[in-house]
Amino acid sequence: MTAVSDMVQGAGVVRKRTRLQRLKDNRKLWRGIAAVVIALVFWEVGSRWDQWFGFTLPFIGLIPPPTDVAVAWMSVLPQPGYWESWYLSFKRVLAGFLVAQLVGIPLGLALAVNRYFREFFFPVFEILRPIPPLAWVPASLIFWPTNEMSIAFVTFLGAFFTIVINVLGGARTIDISLLRAAQSMGATQWDMFWKIVLPGTLPSIFTGAAVGMGITWEVVLAAEMISGGGTQGGGGLGFFIWNSYMGGSLPHIVVGMISIGIAGYVSSSAIRWLGDWAMPWRRLF
Amino acid sequence: MSEINGASGRASGAIVMDGVRKGYGEDWSWQQVIESVSLDLPPGQFTAVVGPSGCGKTTLVNLLAGFERADEGSIAVDGRIVSGTSRDRMVVFQESALMPWLTTYQNVAFGPKLRGDMRGAALDREIDRLLNKVGLAEFKDKFPLQLSGGMQRRAELARAMINSPSIMIMDEPFRGLDAMTRELMQEFLLRLFEETGRTHFFVTSEIEEAIFLADRLVVLSNRPVTVRTVIDIELPRPREFHLLSTPEAYDYKREALEILHEEAMKSFGGGGSVQNELVEAIARRG
Ligand SMILES: Nc1ncnc2c1ncn2[C@@H]1O[C@H](COP(=O)(O)OP(=O)(O)OP(=O)(O)O)[C@@H](O)[C@H]1O
Ligand SMILES: [Mg+2]
Repeated sequence: MTAVSDMVQGAGVVRKRTRLQRLKDNRKLWRGIAAVVIALVFWEVGSRWDQWFGFTLPFIGLIPPPTDVAVAWMSVLPQPGYWESWYLSFKRVLAGFLVAQLVGIPLGLALAVNRYFREFFFPVFEILRPIPPLAWVPASLIFWPTNEMSIAFVTFLGAFFTIVINVLGGARTIDISLLRAAQSMGATQWDMFWKIVLPGTLPSIFTGAAVGMGITWEVVLAAEMISGGGTQGGGGLGFFIWNSYMGGSLPHIVVGMISIGIAGYVSSSAIRWLGDWAMPWRRLF
Repeated sequence: MSEINGASGRASGAIVMDGVRKGYGEDWSWQQVIESVSLDLPPGQFTAVVGPSGCGKTTLVNLLAGFERADEGSIAVDGRIVSGTSRDRMVVFQESALMPWLTTYQNVAFGPKLRGDMRGAALDREIDRLLNKVGLAEFKDKFPLQLSGGMQRRAELARAMINSPSIMIMDEPFRGLDAMTRELMQEFLLRLFEETGRTHFFVTSEIEEAIFLADRLVVLSNRPVTVRTVIDIELPRPREFHLLSTPEAYDYKREALEILHEEAMKSFGGGGSVQNELVEAIARRG
């Protein structure tokens, strides 16, 4: 008995610690930081091997050292063009992603709840689904009047199929006992859809969103590189990298790559945060 | 006196099954699950149904609850033919069927809120009363995943009870609980039944559980299901756990076990089946 009450008190004490103490004791955080620092040091030394020891290491010797990348980054930070790249890429990702959600979630749910709808549309869907988004690029360039619209369409497709499959799968695996219990208590079809099927599918909706978001970024960047800069449908972080490549600036290429990494991290964090907020029953422990 | 039967004191929930048949599959894969079940269960009684595992107990539950329709025959409750679900027949399922995204309180409130027949302070009071009864008052704002197995079962009982059904249908509700919790839940359910006198249709594969709880014991055959026998359990109420070690309880147990054993052996029969050969091989070796 004493052991249990000790544990309970212990837990209470943990909660009373200050923010600073918590930060100090956050081993996971410190290990993560240590890993990044060590990686940077190795990278720096590896890249500068040539300067310091007179010969170039394979692979790593060709990459600009982190200090050069940092300098390049500092130089682009004040430039509006760099931020416009962020803005353009984010805008494209968000547009494609949101439209894919708006169309994909209802379609996935409809496929799940209506047998006739499923039998009619699912085969077509399954034939189109394996086509990679980038294989749609030429067709959509011909089909859509502007480059921007082609990019938007391909981006949409990238997330769309994943979202539909996740929603459909999630809704189909809802425990039939839940539906039967609700039915016994007097639920109508409408009630069962809104009160059982939809909340029951939420976890899969967020899984689909997380995967779909990743695909959307891939597609947007690839499309930006393909379409190039210039008049319309240009710009964005993908174009930033391509432009740096054409200009022969290795540090800027790396800046672009890391920027994309950060952008992806921000996007997936946002989805995780939204998921935690929408599904309080999933963050219990 | 009893909360469901109201002032009239007349129990409701009489179940009459008449030649019920049910099977699944297409012509070429037809599988008869329920051959013929006829039962006449008086209201206000606790009926326990035992049968070999996989024989079709859940199928029978689905028919009584109105989730599925019998191919032939009929089921009537209080003289009305069952043709679909009804809040008069609440089911506590084999696996937990609480909505994972609702708290204990919200789960219990689900039925009344849906129908809008109880709301506001009256609903709060009723839920508090039921949660107190099942010992979950402190856990009303917890999600199902935060509850232990036994607590989940009690939450489910409360969720069913708030709809004041005339019959509680329970499909192996305590399967998967550890022995200790299971015993506590049996005693808890027994108290609840003895207090309310509500009709119970309780499916189990545990013979002792059935004898401890029931007024009558229905023993089913192997698939395709028929009723092998109905045993009236005339043990005095209120019951205590030590009742199970009395000679009377033992006699009931032996009687039911003999039939169940016979039925269980049949599934190993059928000459030349893989199971049969396996059993014989093991028997020869031993
Ligand atoms: N919807 C269905 N479609 C096809 N076959 C079914 C269906 N429901 C049940 N069955 C078959 O009916 C038989 C009996 O199943 P049921 O679940 O009723 O048995 P049970 O006695 O409840 O088993 P357990 O002891 O495992 O709970 C099984 O062979 C099963 O395959
Ligand atoms: Mg079963």
